[in-house]
Amino acid sequence: MWQVCTGAGSQFIQLPWFLPWGHFSVAADPVSIFFLVPVFIIPTLGSLYGWEYWKHSDHPQSGRRIILSYGFLAGAMALVVLARDGVLFLIVWECMAVSAYFAATAEENNPDVRQAGWVYLIATHMGTLCLLAMFALWRHATGSFGLEAAQAIPGGLAGSIFVLALIGFGFKAGLMPVHVWLPGAHANAPSHVSAVMSGVMLKMGIYGIVRMTALLPIGEAWWGAALLVVGAVSAMVGIAFAMGQRDIKRLLAYSSIENIGIVAMGLGLALLGRSFGRPELIALGLGGALFHVWNHSLFKSLLFFNAGAVIHAAHTRDMDRLGGLAKQMPRVASLFFAGAVAISALPPLNGFAGEWLLYLGFFRGLDQSMGKAGAAVGLAAVVLASVGAMVLACFVKAFGSVFLGSPRSDTMRHINDPHRSMLIPMVLLTAGCLGLGLVPMAAAPMLEKAVQAWSGSEQLLNISFLAAFAPLPSISAVGLLFVVIVAAFIAVAIRLIQTNPPCKAPTWDCGYSRPTARIQYTGTSFVQSLVRLFRFVLLPKFINPALRGYFPERTQFRVVIIDVVLDRFAVPLFHASGRFFSSLRIMQQGHTHLYLMYIVSIVLILMMLGSL
Amino acid sequence: MLDTVIHVILLLVMPPLLIGVINKTKAWFGGRVGPPLLQLYYDIFKLMRKSMVLSDTTTWIFVAAPLVTLAAVLVAGLLVPLGHAHAPISFVGDLILFAYLFGLARFLTTAAALDTGSSFEGMGASREVTFACFSEPALFFAFLVLAKISGSLTLSDILRATVDVSVTASAPLILIAIGLFVVLLAENCRIPVDDPNTHLELTMIHEVMVLDHSGPLLGVILYAASLKLFVLGGVLLHIITPSYAAMRWFDWPLFMVQMVCLAAAVGVVESVMARLQMRHVPYLLVFALISCGFGFLLLIR
Repeated sequence: MWQVCTGAGSQFIQLPWFLPWGHFSVAADPVSIFFLVPVFIIPTLGSLYGWEYWKHSDHPQSGRRIILSYGFLAGAMALVVLARDGVLFLIVWECMAVSAYFAATAEENNPDVRQAGWVYLIATHMGTLCLLAMFALWRHATGSFGLEAAQAIPGGLAGSIFVLALIGFGFKAGLMPVHVWLPGAHANAPSHVSAVMSGVMLKMGIYGIVRMTALLPIGEAWWGAALLVVGAVSAMVGIAFAMGQRDIKRLLAYSSIENIGIVAMGLGLALLGRSFGRPELIALGLGGALFHVWNHSLFKSLLFFNAGAVIHAAHTRDMDRLGGLAKQMPRVASLFFAGAVAISALPPLNGFAGEWLLYLGFFRGLDQSMGKAGAAVGLAAVVLASVGAMVLACFVKAFGSVFLGSPRSDTMRHINDPHRSMLIPMVLLTAGCLGLGLVPMAAAPMLEKAVQAWSGSEQLLNISFLAAFAPLPSISAVGLLFVVIVAAFIAVAIRLIQTNPPCKAPTWDCGYSRPTARIQYTGTSFVQSLVRLFRFVLLPKFINPALRGYFPERTQFRVVIIDVVLDRFAVPLFHASGRFFSSLRIMQQGHTHLYLMYIVSIVLILMMLGSL
Repeated sequence: MLDTVIHVILLLVMPPLLIGVINKTKAWFGGRVGPPLLQLYYDIFKLMRKSMVLSDTTTWIFVAAPLVTLAAVLVAGLLVPLGHAHAPISFVGDLILFAYLFGLARFLTTAAALDTGSSFEGMGASREVTFACFSEPALFFAFLVLAKISGSLTLSDILRATVDVSVTASAPLILIAIGLFVVLLAENCRIPVDDPNTHLELTMIHEVMVLDHSGPLLGVILYAASLKLFVLGGVLLHIITPSYAAMRWFDWPLFMVQMVCLAAAVGVVESVMARLQMRHVPYLLVFALISCGFGFLLLIR
């Protein structure tokens, strides 16, 4: 494996195999290795975390089930990125999907969990269905199930394979509008399972798109444009939904859709670069996308671990009932702060370094040679900027309403930082975020190898091109300068506080002599004006109480935000098709001999058709 | 080297003067004498010697926020070319770092506001993040125009290249200059978006977020706010002012005069306009966004 990292080409293994189709062939090339890094790191940290979080003594029913399915999930993901045969790929893909189902539905007595599990199962199998069709077309086009670069595939066929891959893998990656399973499954799974699902399993969808686009011959410009648009929509709508959530894990889940959208935008840029023959767009687009894959698995797992620690202690996921936890859980609060800054793509943490590459790519697409397409690429930078501003609002809301201010209920006063075995994984992930942010060059060698392996472009071979297109050392220098300045300021502030100690007083109460914690700005009120701005996609339901008379009755204000795609489109569609197909129940009478007769008659019909 | 030294000295020393100029202009319009030109310097020095009052509710975020904000704005100030000189730090893609440093400042300021647990400050923070969702894309449209005109991704190049462009490119430049001026007013919380002189109005953003800060922390906040005006003004000046003479002894005084004129212009706007109703502010910001967007459209047509 080390040889692959250092560039000695790929390692290939083929073993005998008893199925009628395909081969058991696995290989490790730089792209696989790049995706293997999070596959190996995050589940390992997650199992350390889960030791305390999902104690066997507290959950005797589901403890063993989680351990087994969690291990299967990690192993299947490792095989997904190594498989080099369509049949093998589908088998391990299905293993991954099913074990994720069992890991996520550990609390199966809870109806919400069961519901989320069903939606997940349906969605993942619709994705697999597309992949089956895709591999069938692939076999038709290349003559084998082997995942090796195809020489020439007719344009229409290649386009169909691309679209099927985009939809099939898009289901797993959680791209809009096929993200429907994601928020429920992430919110209802145990937190370390959510971390693995969000931090790593979504990336398997991205891996699939990366792998298939590498194997297909150079496509037309609409491939890249499609990914760019799908990514931009996912990013915008995903973060708009995230802002509206009250459930902290649902917020993180929708934010994953946004991050996957950003990755897809990068991939789209790389595809455009490939069809226009522009190596710097390939390098910056794919480089930024892959860098963001790593970054997202670091900070999203960190945030899910943090959220898990909060839920473990406070027994609620509703942010508007939390508050003031920074005093009770100072370590978790600081780590969540780091994660929130990182995911908002703010310097000097790793999120910035990744998005910076993407911005450079979008700005570079702007010059003359790409014509009008270039202007559209430039617009992607504006989309990314507004997404950035919204992510900031979303995570200030999350951090502020959970950890800052004063507690909104009394039960919050008796909770503490979690056990060390839960803190250590978070500390390690934070260190990763800081390290990749301050020294982004560390990722460059693996990134470059992966981009070279993907593009096959002559101009990118054997040079460290990231240094040429994007001066990462400058980012790291400015980041260090910033850290030094902040450290100096903090030293001065500590001196000042020592010489002139501050006095304590309550927060200024604006003239209300008896303030309560309930009048604080909640997360919902914090984003209310933004939610109103995005009324056209979020379709929020404001339940406004009308206060009448001098002594109005007790009443409630509520904002309900539902998932438009799931609740307004997918669920009604399923119900309608369920009603339609229920008429076919006539055929299902429960008599075995009837079924045998069906089989006999179908076989007879097929034989007759075959002999014609 | 000398340019860099002058740059850093101006960056550190000049910003509070701008607030003085704005206040003098407003006083002149109102027929008053107004506070001394150097009032903000006196205020900051006075505040630095005081002790702080910290709320019981607050955590380390509350103390860290002003410090990180100041550091972020300072580093952003090192990325911007002032006058004709090259910025002290410049590299390909520094314009994105520039924009995101202000984002970092915003994150910390709004988090510190929520840290006090005061609903009043939460309201200010909510408005700050909402309005940023308009000003951020406007800024990036402006960057796209500038990058397209100059063919570069370095702030020092894209801002100084715009000095000598043809007439065809000047229409987009005018549009983004208008848009950026509105963004400058909004980001620095000036009238018509926000009134920096009131402390208890229901239409405030920045002042309300820092209501509980006191002593040295408040001094740092006041200074950082003036520095932000200076840095963003530095960007805007490159788009709206004529060419420099490439002579050091002439350019630096010229730059300072221009900066003072910009501050006076802000003062004029504040004197002749009323503050908008809060629910109308998004329209103003959308206007800025559209102005910058049309600038981009004109350029790529």
